[in-house]
Amino acid sequence: MMKCSIRNLAAGVATVAALGLATGAAAQDKVTLGVSIPTATHSFTAGIVWWSNQAKKDLEKAHPGLKVIVKTSSGAPQQANQLQDLLTVDKINALVIMPFESASLTQPVAQLKKKGVYVTVVDRGLTDTSAQDAYVAGDNKAFGRLAAQYMAKTLNGKGQIVALRGIPTTLDNERMNAFAAVIKKYPGIKILDAKYANWNRDDAFKVMQDYLTRFKHIDAVWAADDDMTYGVLKAIKQSGRTDIKEVFGGAGAKGMVKMIMDGSNPLIKADVSYSPKFIYDAIKLTAEARLKGQRLPANTIIPSVLITKQNAKEFYFPDSPF
Amino acid sequence: MQPEHTDAIAGDAGPGAPESVTPHRAPARSWSARMQGLGPIAGLVLLCIAGTALNSSFADLSNIMNVLTRTSFIGIISVGMCFVIISGGIDLSVGSMVALIAGSMILIMNGLVAAVASPVWVIVLGMAFALTLGALLGLAHGVLITRGRIEPFIVTLGTLGIFRAVLTYLANGGAITLDNKLSDVYSPVYYGSLLGIPIPVWVFVAIALFGGLLLNRTTFGRYVQAIGSNEQVARYAAVNVDTTVTLTYVFLGVCVGIATVLYVPRLGSASPTTGLLWELEAIAAVIVGGTALKGGAGTITGTVVGAILLSVIGNILNLTSIISVYLNAAVQGAVIIVVAFLQRRRS
Repeated sequence: MMKCSIRNLAAGVATVAALGLATGAAAQDKVTLGVSIPTATHSFTAGIVWWSNQAKKDLEKAHPGLKVIVKTSSGAPQQANQLQDLLTVDKINALVIMPFESASLTQPVAQLKKKGVYVTVVDRGLTDTSAQDAYVAGDNKAFGRLAAQYMAKTLNGKGQIVALRGIPTTLDNERMNAFAAVIKKYPGIKILDAKYANWNRDDAFKVMQDYLTRFKHIDAVWAADDDMTYGVLKAIKQSGRTDIKEVFGGAGAKGMVKMIMDGSNPLIKADVSYSPKFIYDAIKLTAEARLKGQRLPANTIIPSVLITKQNAKEFYFPDSPF
Repeated sequence: MQPEHTDAIAGDAGPGAPESVTPHRAPARSWSARMQGLGPIAGLVLLCIAGTALNSSFADLSNIMNVLTRTSFIGIISVGMCFVIISGGIDLSVGSMVALIAGSMILIMNGLVAAVASPVWVIVLGMAFALTLGALLGLAHGVLITRGRIEPFIVTLGTLGIFRAVLTYLANGGAITLDNKLSDVYSPVYYGSLLGIPIPVWVFVAIALFGGLLLNRTTFGRYVQAIGSNEQVARYAAVNVDTTVTLTYVFLGVCVGIATVLYVPRLGSASPTTGLLWELEAIAAVIVGGTALKGGAGTITGTVVGAILLSVIGNILNLTSIISVYLNAAVQGAVIIVVAFLQRRRS
């Protein structure tokens, strides 16, 4: 009974609001926005799920004519099935999707677009860009570039760096190439080696232990991801080595941002943002544009920003799992 | 080994004579059979020579200790896995089990901080919890396999998903982190050493010796081998197959618990990627060490050497850069196949 009346009330509010909006501009009276994302399997994707639900909460409150449906899936085939359900069962007219794989989801997304759904693709672009209306992504090049620039500056253009890479992917290549391109401009800085540690704490621990055995002098470490930074810090602590002056992670996980904020670890002084919050931004941009009947620009890059003690507070989200 | 075995059983197996189904009563091993047992050791020695040649730091005491310490998790699990595989079973869930035990152990310890004054006691209780949970999860596997009559592959494939999903749920998709104060008190369990040898290595040695004794010098060990070699004959020989098989899973569960107790102080956290693919590493260590995947025969020494060998490959690859990082997995695969070739059985 209670539930029923609340629902009626909500529906009432929604119609009133919709009327209000309708008089304002040629707006779409109701937007049903589907969000299709991967399930939380590591802290970054957990952040994606958390920020999607956060967007649903904030936006549905702010825009009564908006309904957001968040669906997670554990693989590409499941995600493709889910897209069909979103269309036939939930009757969505806008979609924000973070595809598992570019190639295998291009067709299923194209089908939805053909039926009139407005599609925003996040993070991983589709192979055929005509299947999407808008593309929103983080800046992987800046992820590597900002790290390299900061490290070159603190090292005064001289020193030896070891790097840890993620999982062999185009995204990882973009970051690594951007990093190496900046370092190349400083002849005094040498990248001793760059090995894969799979964005994993344990693997990073092992790789760092072996770097410490192999190189008797290391000035700085580019861990390239905050999860890997944890493993790196433990390995350095165990070795008792004091030659390393800096460890630079990446992505802005809350534990690392806190460390920068508090200045609690002399090795961690800066980070670069690549926050799962971009899914929040993508949902918000899409929803607000569609409510006004507008379109998004074809490409929106959410900039990666250097996080230091001065601005760390803006990047600290204690409630997010990431 | 296999054919000799069956001969012995066919020859004099009879009710009430479980002794006769043991490999110890089989004809003495021939010289060539003994050489096959040396395959993994030969492989390891060759790898070590190659490692030292590529980078002299490989032979540093600190590097050797690093490698042995990181092997200890997989090594301890492999000892338990060895029993399960010899008895003709398999356990695919151990990696997920590590994650689940690590996560719930950290949550329990964090919860106890307020209630129990001494952090040492909190850790002792946490360890006891980890071992108990390991044993119980192993017991659940054993009961489902023997009483439920479900294939071990399916039971543990199911729990592989369940354990990791529960951990992901507990961690809310992120990481579960140990209380800082506890972390400091607990860290010597991984980072500390005794007589210059890290604690995890001591524990690994102790578990391996215990496993060796259990397999070769006790009735339980002989029953395990008999069941793996021919379950029907073992039943006729009045071996309590269900209990023995269940106990192998319980023992493996306890081994996973011990490995987790050593693992948690290393990073002080558990996340959905903890222990990812450890089941494959543990199974590979056992098989590379000369145990037959179909069960019946195997050695703890081989398993220990197999586990060390697998982590030495990774170590050498990290210490050099003569091979493109893109090919690391290929080198690992090739070495595993070569070692398996060295210790192949003749049929």
